[in-house]
Amino acid sequence: MEEKCVDKKVKDETKEILKNYPKEKDKLIAILNDIQERFGYIPKQAQEEVSEYLSIPMAQIYGVITFYSRFTLSPKGKYNISICLGTACFVKGSQNLLDRAKERLQIEPGQVTPDGKFSIDDVRCVGACGLAPVFMVNDEVYGNATVKEFDEVIDKYMKE
Amino acid sequence: MKTIEDIEKIRKAKREELDLRINTSADTREKHILVCRGTGCTSSKSPKIIENFRRIIEEKNIKNVRVIQTGCFGLCAKGPIVIIRPEETFYAHVKPEDCEEIIQSHICEGKKVERLLCKDIDGSVVDKLDDLTFYKKQKRIALKNCGVIDPEDIDEYIAFDGYKALEKVLTQMTPDEVIDVVSKSGLRGRGGAGFPTGKKWSFAKMEEGKEKYIICNADEGDPGAFMDRSILEGDPNCVIEAMAIAGYAIGANQGYIYVRAEYPIAVQRLKIAIKQAREYGLLGENIFGTGFKFDVDIRLGAGAFVCGEETALLESVEGKRGQPRVKPPYPASKGLFAKPTVINNVETLANITKIILNGAEWYASIGTEKSKGTKVFALGGNVNNVGLVEVPMGTTLREIVYDIGGGIPNGREFKAAQTGGPSGGCIPVQHLDTPIDYESLSSIGSMMGSGGLIVMDDSKCMVDIARFYLDFTVSESCGKCTPCRIGTKRMLEILTRMCEGKAEQDDIYKLETLANNIKNASVCGLGQTAPNPVLSTLKYFKEEYEEHVSDKKCRAGHCKELCDIKIDPQKCKGCGLCKRNCPVNAISGEVKNPHVIDQSKCIKCGTCVDKCPFKAISK
Repeated sequence: MEEKCVDKKVKDETKEILKNYPKEKDKLIAILNDIQERFGYIPKQAQEEVSEYLSIPMAQIYGVITFYSRFTLSPKGKYNISICLGTACFVKGSQNLLDRAKERLQIEPGQVTPDGKFSIDDVRCVGACGLAPVFMVNDEVYGNATVKEFDEVIDKYMKE
Repeated sequence: MKTIEDIEKIRKAKREELDLRINTSADTREKHILVCRGTGCTSSKSPKIIENFRRIIEEKNIKNVRVIQTGCFGLCAKGPIVIIRPEETFYAHVKPEDCEEIIQSHICEGKKVERLLCKDIDGSVVDKLDDLTFYKKQKRIALKNCGVIDPEDIDEYIAFDGYKALEKVLTQMTPDEVIDVVSKSGLRGRGGAGFPTGKKWSFAKMEEGKEKYIICNADEGDPGAFMDRSILEGDPNCVIEAMAIAGYAIGANQGYIYVRAEYPIAVQRLKIAIKQAREYGLLGENIFGTGFKFDVDIRLGAGAFVCGEETALLESVEGKRGQPRVKPPYPASKGLFAKPTVINNVETLANITKIILNGAEWYASIGTEKSKGTKVFALGGNVNNVGLVEVPMGTTLREIVYDIGGGIPNGREFKAAQTGGPSGGCIPVQHLDTPIDYESLSSIGSMMGSGGLIVMDDSKCMVDIARFYLDFTVSESCGKCTPCRIGTKRMLEILTRMCEGKAEQDDIYKLETLANNIKNASVCGLGQTAPNPVLSTLKYFKEEYEEHVSDKKCRAGHCKELCDIKIDPQKCKGCGLCKRNCPVNAISGEVKNPHVIDQSKCIKCGTCVDKCPFKAISK
């Protein structure tokens, strides 16, 4: 019963998003961007709504979702840790931060911890090259980071 | 809807009001506090700084002071940056809690806040922005308005000759004359390949057909590059105006800006600029009453590097997977929705309005014989002045790295500069005096690229850098053609083996053969240039590859499997600093006695090496 409620909520909210767009196939990516932003991922029910609205087969929508790295098929953790692996950050040692994150949380980039609290993303350039190396927890940016500082930040969120 | 006269009226009034922005001896009692709202400074709390300034000014009821958000000033390493005009005082690393002091001391009492003044590379305190060595060799054309105007106020753009070029084009020039000026200026595509812009426009102009499109390529995917983003964040109107000019030249009425969704600030400012331009009638039907019609829409990318390739970008704008098309037909004849399309990079477009207003001869007088004008670089990595720089073509790498960039930090040596991102190559120390233009960079195995310039010091392992770029290419290859999809994966496997000390004797040979095959056989620019980071490092740093393969050694001490971190007991004073800073508690020892590292626990992060005051720890 509860699951059906969630389904209905996703469907209704997707329909709201679709109202802003004409039924033109080239709007697909813009619509998916909105859905990703709304739910933090692209639920299957939302894909079905989009498929019907734009008359695009589900397989093709799946193809587009998996092609673009911004779109995800499952939700992220409560605290999503993005570690910048752009060249400027990499040259200043951001790989050490990523290694440490994997070791601490025992998950790989793109995965979520079993309790749903943390997820890791390796991202390409968040644009704060002046602060390299950089990592982010949700929208909070931490610049000029060392492994030790990274540990302290993770400790802080673990206690929450 | 505004007429030419209305716009001119706004321009005159605003220009007078904003004279203090570019004139240090402006006759005014006003002061403008400019705060950088580029992505870098925004991440380090510049919105809070603006909020604090505004609150304090209101509380103290101070008159004649305005707080303005601007685009990037360029010197990101000193961020967040606050500049007070007209006196041009440059405050670096400002914190939200410093606002009170700046207002009280600088604004109210007329005394500069000494401790926040920017320090130059030699440690001397610099009082004015123009006195910084960082700016001395720069020439700002594309970035002219960045850091000067509020990007969210079209009136400020109009004040500094905004939409004057569009007016000139629509009222005084034929489309052919516009193309002629752009051709004669010698402007070439700033996205990397350097195709002459005038020629591109003339191809699209020659095509029959009513429907044509202008696309601005703002899919800046090269990691470590942020030129286009800074232009869009600092001066979005100059790109929109240039698109309208291009539309007039080729006969298009619709433009699209394809911008990364990862650039939320740029997207937001573009939306505001488009909305304001439409309100003024600078976009839409019958612009300036000339009957010319042009509009611009934004299309968001969704995180795929290959979409920077022009035909992949077209697919993505059409809402599909961004896989490149086979060329020919070129986009100029069959582009978006199979209609003639011109695709120009952000920085290319940012030059257009200045060329129209100042003339082709002026632009062609800057730069080298075959590469005209300036180039914007995102200078990053192991260099003191990380930031955004714009220099005339022909400036040498040495000038950029040492004069503008202020050299290498921490007393280390320059090892290589990487240009062109994953499509470019590493330039070693013996080529530091190469003048930067399209031809000379490709002759030494790199490329201009979009403008990422990453400096590396001697602690970087060139094999690992090549592996890093291949790792990027493998995850960004679209999968359409086999050489790129499978070939780059095999190259990455070989490079990973090398970095882990598991390489076999013929791996270098295999790597080189594979690289050349992928270069020759791939469909699009991504695959054709993907082996460049490997080929250029093989050319200049072959001995490092050989050491990794034969001796299982990494001279830079970077590849973890090939090095141990050791404490020299002779030099260790037993201060315990390394022990306290080790994140995994791998270091033990009594105070005033030599410490030791437990190799089974050590993650080789290098924190202890950096922390040791006696240089007793080495890789």
